[in-house]
Amino acid sequence: MALAQPAVDQPIDWEVAEKQVGLWGDAWQRFRRNRLAVLGGVLVLFLLLVAVLSPLLVHFGLIQDPYHQDVANIEATPGMAGHPLGSDELGRDTLARLMYGSQISLTVGLLVQAIIFPIGLAIGLTAGYAGGRIDNLLMRFTDIWYAFPDLLFVLVVVSVWHPSGSPFFQLLPIFGAIALVNWVGLARLIRGQVLSIKEKEFIEAARSSGSAPIKLVLKHLLPNSLGPIIVTLTFGIPQAIFLEAVLSFLGVGIQPPTPTWGQMVFDGYEAVYANPTSAVFPALAIGCTLLAFSFIGDGLRDALDPRMRR
Amino acid sequence: MAVIEGRPRRGALLPWFGALSGTRGGALAIFVGRRILWMIPIVFFVIVITFFLMHQAAGSPWDRTGGRQLSQSVIDNLNAKYGLDKPEWQQFLIYVWDVIHFDFGLSYQYEGKSVTSLLGEGWRYTAVIGGLAFLLIVPVGVGLGVLAALRQNTRVDYATMGFATIAASFPNFVVGVLMVVVLSVTMYKLTGGSFFLPSSDFALDDHLIMPVITLSLLPIAYTARLTRASTLDTIRQDYVRTAWAKGLSERLVVIKHILKNSLIPVVTTLGPTFAFLVTGSVIVETVFNIPGIGRAFVVAVESRDYPMILGTTVLFSVVIAVANLIVDVAYVFIDPRVRLT
Repeated sequence: MALAQPAVDQPIDWEVAEKQVGLWGDAWQRFRRNRLAVLGGVLVLFLLLVAVLSPLLVHFGLIQDPYHQDVANIEATPGMAGHPLGSDELGRDTLARLMYGSQISLTVGLLVQAIIFPIGLAIGLTAGYAGGRIDNLLMRFTDIWYAFPDLLFVLVVVSVWHPSGSPFFQLLPIFGAIALVNWVGLARLIRGQVLSIKEKEFIEAARSSGSAPIKLVLKHLLPNSLGPIIVTLTFGIPQAIFLEAVLSFLGVGIQPPTPTWGQMVFDGYEAVYANPTSAVFPALAIGCTLLAFSFIGDGLRDALDPRMRR
Repeated sequence: MAVIEGRPRRGALLPWFGALSGTRGGALAIFVGRRILWMIPIVFFVIVITFFLMHQAAGSPWDRTGGRQLSQSVIDNLNAKYGLDKPEWQQFLIYVWDVIHFDFGLSYQYEGKSVTSLLGEGWRYTAVIGGLAFLLIVPVGVGLGVLAALRQNTRVDYATMGFATIAASFPNFVVGVLMVVVLSVTMYKLTGGSFFLPSSDFALDDHLIMPVITLSLLPIAYTARLTRASTLDTIRQDYVRTAWAKGLSERLVVIKHILKNSLIPVVTTLGPTFAFLVTGSVIVETVFNIPGIGRAFVVAVESRDYPMILGTTVLFSVVIAVANLIVDVAYVFIDPRVRLT
């Protein structure tokens, strides 16, 4: 649409005092000002680097091979015999296993969200947009899923399917089970978002100007509820990491010798009187990782909540 | 929340309750009745999912790892004894029928023991630890939350919320292990459970301290955060300002006007808290080697004792569903603004 041209030749001062910031730019600025969120972000970036680089570091001999058994030095205390964080009951280097363990934790945390997102999106959008009988049916379905205690369900699934083979292959039932108990929250959230946005004027305007339903959903409903979705998915990451760690701790997760933090806590815990540190380091790693992700989640929630925008 | 979610088509589900719906008492009866009926499909669904998942497992429970396999006639006898020779749908119907009569079948791992008797042996520990944790969560969590809100933006507030943020992120097995390392191993205080000894050593005495704290720490953190938020909300209400203006003592204002109203949202989280305690028992009982139901469940998962897994899952789901029901009904009594639909 062409704007009416100003009648005078003189350029008009449009009074654009500061640079225009869009929703995402604004959110980024708010996120950056949140010191804890930035700390969490830095920690997670560091973890990602560790996960990616640790095989390289092993290759160049900067850290030890996490599978190598230094049988002369089992249960070494930190700093002893070239083990910066000590060694476990089989003489394997704790630092190297800790660094390798981040691969499993991060993979589970991120990939589970990638499974949850389409499921929650499909069910939430359908229920919210279609309404009526379909909505009712889908919501009863999610209610029932919601009633299933999550840890129990994951344990049951993992007890039924425990494939052997590569670590990634072993992870598949764990991914599936965690995703199956965690999509409910996202679906409910998206449905609620859609229901509230559906009644807004701009949706009515788009509809009356002849937008097709699918375009309405993809171009208007979805982008406007993206903020809370991102926050929910971010909080889902520590949830998934926690469930995987619990499975490994209980001994039904990925099978040894693949290093996972939960398993390291359990192994260290069994020998806790011999060498308490071998349980402490992986325990702290799990706690700090979850804390970092919840800092990011809190920061994103504050940054993306439109009600708090200036 | 379930109170709001119930469909308002009154009488559609329960036409014979239609006449009752005029009074508040009648409405409450309908509400409770509907919630109880709604428990049936939920528990049924849990049984369906778990039952058919179990039957997807490869191999039979009589497979031996290595060594001599059982002869076919023995397997046939065992199958007949445990009812595994019938078609799957028939086994399912028999199982549901038995569950209705509180019979969860026979355990695979302990010969001749029924699941019901195994659950009966363990429930005491699980109930005592869960119950003590529950009793700890409400006063401590609410107390910390109110304290932080009344001293907003002071050191007390920051310390409490800092603690709550960290505690909310540390999983309970991590908390349990760290606590054992710090208290039992390095400081030689408290008995750290009997994690290397036979589990019969566990007694309901000071062995309880660490498991109860481990189990309750995360719900305490959540409750404190929620209470703080809702108390901050209440403090700004007009009726609280009026109470101050009337010159009431701080004690009276806090207890009668602030606390009473800011507790309402906390009640809604008691249902999820209860569910958390139930699933948390699985972890805490493993960390401290407590012979409760949660530990029995983990052992059953490890040894693939399917009737035991199934029985425990059903029991836990029923307990959680009942707890949610109680919380929802209690909510109606506590908050008169809740509309029964």
